[in-house]
Formats: sequence, structure tokens, C-alpha cells
Amino acid sequence: MDIFIQQIINGLVLGSIYALVALGYTMVYGIMGLINFAHGEVVMIGAMVALTVIKLLAGSGLPVYIVILVALIAASAVCMAVGYAIERIAYRPLRRAPKLAPLITAIGVSIVLQNLAMLVWGRNYHAFPPILPVSEHEILGATITSVQVAIVLIAALLMAALIALIDHTRLGRAMRATSENPPIAQLMGVNINQIISLTFVIGSALAAVAGLMVSANYSIAHYYMGFMLGLKAFTAAVLGGIGNIAGAVLGGILLGLIESLGAGYIGDFTGGFLGSNYQDIFAFFVLIGVLVFRPSGLIGEKVSERA
Amino acid sequence: MMTLTLESLRHDKRAAIIATALMGLALAAFPFMVGSTLGNSWLRIIDFAMLYIMLALGLNIVVGFAGLLDMGYIAFYAVGAYLYALLASPHFGLHLPIWLIIPAGAALAGLFGALLGAPTLRLRGDYLAIVTLGFGEIVRIFMNNLNSPVNITNGPQGISGIDPIQMGGITLAKPLSVLGFTVPSLHAYYYLFLALALFIVFVTIRLENSRIGRAWVAIREDEVAAKACGINTRNIKLLAFTMGASFGGVAGGLFAGFQGFVSPESFNLMESVMVLCMVVLGGMGNIPGVILGGVLLTILPEIFRHGAGPVQTAIFGKILLDPEALRMLLFGLALIVVMLYRPAGIWPSTTRRREFRGESSDVLKEGE
Repeated sequence: MDIFIQQIINGLVLGSIYALVALGYTMVYGIMGLINFAHGEVVMIGAMVALTVIKLLAGSGLPVYIVILVALIAASAVCMAVGYAIERIAYRPLRRAPKLAPLITAIGVSIVLQNLAMLVWGRNYHAFPPILPVSEHEILGATITSVQVAIVLIAALLMAALIALIDHTRLGRAMRATSENPPIAQLMGVNINQIISLTFVIGSALAAVAGLMVSANYSIAHYYMGFMLGLKAFTAAVLGGIGNIAGAVLGGILLGLIESLGAGYIGDFTGGFLGSNYQDIFAFFVLIGVLVFRPSGLIGEKVSERA
Repeated sequence: MMTLTLESLRHDKRAAIIATALMGLALAAFPFMVGSTLGNSWLRIIDFAMLYIMLALGLNIVVGFAGLLDMGYIAFYAVGAYLYALLASPHFGLHLPIWLIIPAGAALAGLFGALLGAPTLRLRGDYLAIVTLGFGEIVRIFMNNLNSPVNITNGPQGISGIDPIQMGGITLAKPLSVLGFTVPSLHAYYYLFLALALFIVFVTIRLENSRIGRAWVAIREDEVAAKACGINTRNIKLLAFTMGASFGGVAGGLFAGFQGFVSPESFNLMESVMVLCMVVLGGMGNIPGVILGGVLLTILPEIFRHGAGPVQTAIFGKILLDPEALRMLLFGLALIVVMLYRPAGIWPSTTRRREFRGESSDVLKEGE
């Protein structure tokens, strides 16, 4: 039983991170109908920048919370700039082109970001400096660390803030209008170029936070970490219903749970034939299953025709 | 005599024969020229270029003709390669002849193509891209992990000691002697790969102008309209997946025999992206363009791999930037730049060029 609870906790932590990244995919898709392939790499850049800042400040004697805050601000700033640049350089000129063109530039951007990161930070894995106060809490026979609690809480806070922003502010209304019908939104006085840029910037800031969370959770960061994470977050967005903010949150959490429970029990189910080294496979089967049987996702509107 | 332009070749039979003969001679002499000037490592690269041309032409059927964006294409290459490795290596102690393995590889890869195609028939565009990408990763993850409890693929270590390609008792691994003339191994592989690549070119050209090829293009242009015209879109799309995949399976088998070693590392996503880029950058749907893309994207990165280190040493006195990362960085930049300035590729087909210029009728756009 405690294994079950433990996997649920791990799944929730993982799921909150997926959800944060999935929001970036879903916002961009909602507004432009485009899959921002490079989003996973933005997460990676966020993680790397945050890690570098933390390493620099680790010996300075500043309180841990200040160090983390500075790292978050630096990572968010860099990621926002990267997100803005991606949209301006790789997507905006191709807005009227067939969909294949921005897809290829997105792959190009991914490759560029990955290899830039390799040049800057090298090929090696970077360990997360052990500056975070780690205390373990017992819940129903399972353990949860303070870092994990913080991840879930911060993710929940950010998601609530984003939903509030989209539902209740002028900017949010402009974003919804742009997503509904860009030309009409423009006629109503919405500067859609600005809104699209802002969407990328907000998504990238969330990605930066997620990046820090992933590296804190696994105590490791790597120039290649963004790819798989991005794919899974995209799966989460599709699972919930791409283009739907609440769907991304739901999809993220669900995928996290599916993965950790699946990895925990696959050995038992298959009589030891498949082990937890197949963890990465679940996301893809979920993705294929959702797209085949319910392309609109769990709570999404019907989008299959647009795809 | 006269200037040899493509247009004149079309009308003048004699000129066409002369041009073909010259071309054949050049292709036949090519490995000897490369081998004697640039050395064997470059000859290997040329051999790989032939394999990549086959792959790119196979993917071109799916992406270029039928317009189905497949980002997991390398999985079929992997299926062909692993089948060869399992049936002709000490791993299982089997040493079946190539005549059996290559067709079996094509068939099995084709079956995998249909397996991928069947559930994804309803998907288009980006969604299809992601699902196929996931499929490619699933195949790779299985190859990586199918070493326990039953050792099938030997896991991340891969399978080594694979039999070289043998035909009728002649092995291509050793220099051949033909009529007192010695053909080194790499040259022999070149001729075999060239012959198969030419065969695949021939098949694709014939396919392009066939009823099936036109049906693929019709689906690419507008699936609903194609269906309304009486095309069985389901079968035709499945056929595209299957045929494209079987070409990949053939190339994969040849790769395994040529390399003598396969491991999951050779079939990662980057390889799929590479082949896709050959098709897209070369000019989707245009056979000469795709061949050009295949050659360029095999040769250019290699030039860079060999050049980046020495050039940096010459300028800075030491290697400042990791040549591998630098190479991929430039590759990524090239993708972006080509897409921004030549979105239809370097050598596009005329239809595609018109589409990308946005000259297709607006009525169709409204209907989407």
C-alpha cells in the first residue's frame, strides 16, 4: 500500500512539472494553432541558467531562499528573451506559410538551442548543488520531501495565477479573443503580434520555473533533458485537450500519475518481462491512444479537424 | 555540337543517350576518383550517402507525395537493420543469405509501416508528426531494452559481428577480382548501393506518374476532394506508409551488412530528423531535389566534422568549441534559414513551389 501512495506522490510532483510545461504548449497552440517544438529546450535553458546562478551564489552566504529567487528571476528573464526571439525569428515570418514550414524551423530552433547549451555548459551532467533544506515528511507510510512539497505548491500557485490572468484581465481577454479569431480580434483593436509575443514570453517564464523544478527534483541537469520532457508535456497537453488551459493542468497531473504508477507496477503486470526502464514508453502510448480515440482530449473542444 | 540542357535532352534522343552514357561513366569512375584523392574514409561517406538517398526517397513517398508528415521514419530503417543483424550474425547463430533477408526486411518494415499507418489515418499535420515521432521512440526504447529477460536485441550494446553482404559466394567484405581487375570492398559496396539506389529512383519515378502516385498527390492537396473523386484514401494512405517503410527496411538491411554492427544509438530521433530534412530541404516531392538533399546533408556535415577542428586550431591555436556541437548548431541554423528563405526547399517541384508562394486558389483556403 505504501508503494502505491509513494507512487501517487511521485506522480503528483512529476505531474505538476509536466503541467507547467504543458501550459506553454497549450497557450501557443490555442492562439496560433502551432506546436512549439522548441518549448522543451526552453525548459532546459531555464534549468541550466538557474543551476549556473545557484552554483555562483552557493558560496556567497546569502540565504537559500534569496539564492533560489535570484536564480528563478535570472532563468525566467533568459527564457523570456529566448521565447520572444524564437517567435520573432522562427515563427512570425512563416505565419502564412503551410504548417510544415514552422514545424521545420521549430526543429531547427531545438537543435540550435540544444547545441548552444552543449557549447556553453558542456556535455556533462550537472549536479544540483545541495543547498536546499531537505526534510522528509511521512504521509500514510510514504515519504515526501520539502522540495517536492514546494514544487507542487508553487506549480499550483502559478497555474492559478495564469488562469486568473486569462479569465479576469484585459490581457487575458485579448488573448482569448486572438485565439478565437485573430482577424476579428485585430479589428477590435487587439495588437495580435504583441499578444502572440506575450504568449510566448509567459509560456517561457513558466518553462523556466519548471526547469528549475526538474533539476531540483532529480538533482541533475543536462543539455539533452529538454527533449523528452517537452514530448511528455506535449502529450499532457494533448491528453487534456490542446488549447485548453485547465486541460493542460489536468493532463499534466494525469500523465505524471500514469507514468509513476505504470513504472511502479509494470513489472508485476507483465510478470517481470517489462521493467521500469520502460517508463518513457507510457507517455507515447497515452499520446497515440488519445489521438486515435479522442483527439479533442479529455476536456477539449473538437479540434481534430484543425490538426 | 550542341549545348546539353535538360530541355534539349527531352527532345533529342541521341543527346540523351550520350548524356546517360557520360553520367554512367562518371558514376562508375567516381569511387576510384574519390578513393585515390580523398581516401577511404570519404569513400565510406559516399557509400552512406547512397543509403541516405534510398532512405530519403522512401520518406519522400510518405512526406513528399502523400503529404503525411512522418518523424519516426528511422524506425523502419532500424527494423530492416535489426532483422539483418538477427538473421545473419553469431547472435542467434543464424547466417541466412541476403536474398532472403533483404526482402524479408522490406516486408517486415512495410508491415510496421502499416501498423503505424492504421491508427493514425485520421491524423494530419503536426499531430501526425508527433505520433510518428513517438512511434520511432517506442521502437528505439524496445530495441534498447529487449535484452532481458529474453535477450533478443542485446540491448544498448547492440549486435556486432554481422555477416558482410554476400552474393552467390562472393563476399563484399574483401577486395573482389573481376577479370584481373581488383575492386576494393568499399568500391564494391558503392556499386551495389548505387545499383539499388538507381532501382529505387526508377521505382519512385514510375510510382510518381502512376495512378497511385497521382492519388497520393491528390490526398496531399486536399483529402476531402480526393475522397470525393473516388480515391480510397484509407488504402492509398496505408500504401504510402507501407511502401515508404519498405524502402527504409531495404536501406536498413544494407546498412547492417555494410557496417557489421547495429545498436539503438544509430536510430535515434536525430536520424529521423536528418532524413526528413533531406526531403524537405532538398525539395519535397521532387525526386532530383530529394537526391540532392540526401547527398548534401550527408556530405556537408562530414566536411564540417573533418574541417571544424583543424580550422579552429589554425585560427586560435587550439580547439575552442566542440566541433560536434558546432556542426549541429550550423545544421539547425541552416534549417531555419532555408525554411525562411526557400520554404519549398532547394530544388522544389513546380506544384509545391506554387503552393508555398501562396498561389493556390483562395477558394480552397476558405474551405479549410
